[in-house]
Amino acid sequence: MKSVPEAVSEAVRDVVREHARLSADVESLADDASLYDAGMTSHASVNVMLALEDRFDVEFPDELLKREVFESIASISTAIAQLDAQAA
Amino acid sequence: MPLRVGTDLVLATAVREALEAHGERYLQRVYTAAETADCTDAATGEVDALRLAARFAAKEAAMKALRVGEAAVPWTAIEVRRSPDGHPELVLHGPAADLAARAGMTELAVSLTHEEPYASAVVVAELHPTPIKNA
Repeated sequence: MKSVPEAVSEAVRDVVREHARLSADVESLADDASLYDAGMTSHASVNVMLALEDRFDVEFPDELLKREVFESIASISTAIAQLDAQAA
Repeated sequence: MPLRVGTDLVLATAVREALEAHGERYLQRVYTAAETADCTDAATGEVDALRLAARFAAKEAAMKALRVGEAAVPWTAIEVRRSPDGHPELVLHGPAADLAARAGMTELAVSLTHEEPYASAVVVAELHPTPIKNA
């Protein structure tokens, strides 16, 4: 698998900071740490998804609307990179 | 008989924030047109975030009862409808209906409650006593 550009991961971290309503400190969160364990509710994951769509000008198709996609900054970044590649 | 239960709690303030931030797109991605209509004041056109929060809680409670796991189930695949006598009912579509069929679900019941700022739902599913094959 191709690695995800750091700029994408950082932008995803920005969106998570603003929309995931985490109880944990986003800055100290590892890329692969569980956002759900850090306090993200399922409703907050909707906000994260919609904000990601705005930020990256993509649309999450139904097949990506699953828990594992929104599990971590790393998994979200991989999905964004995949959507970007499909759009290119 | 085998049963499954799911429950969820949603803050109405989170729904209000989503409505303010994403408006119509939030409604379309999460709720069916009938659900949005059920939660809209016919006179003012205003959407009631507390009632939407109860519907979101029902969707999440149903996902727990369905044991969605890593399956992809859009929120609109689980719909809360009002029966003719006013009680809430769950209607499953697409992948949610497929999961229910594979699990052998024969009945689904939902109960909603809300008191500002919280909304909550409980879903109970009755399963066929023996696993259903070829569903």
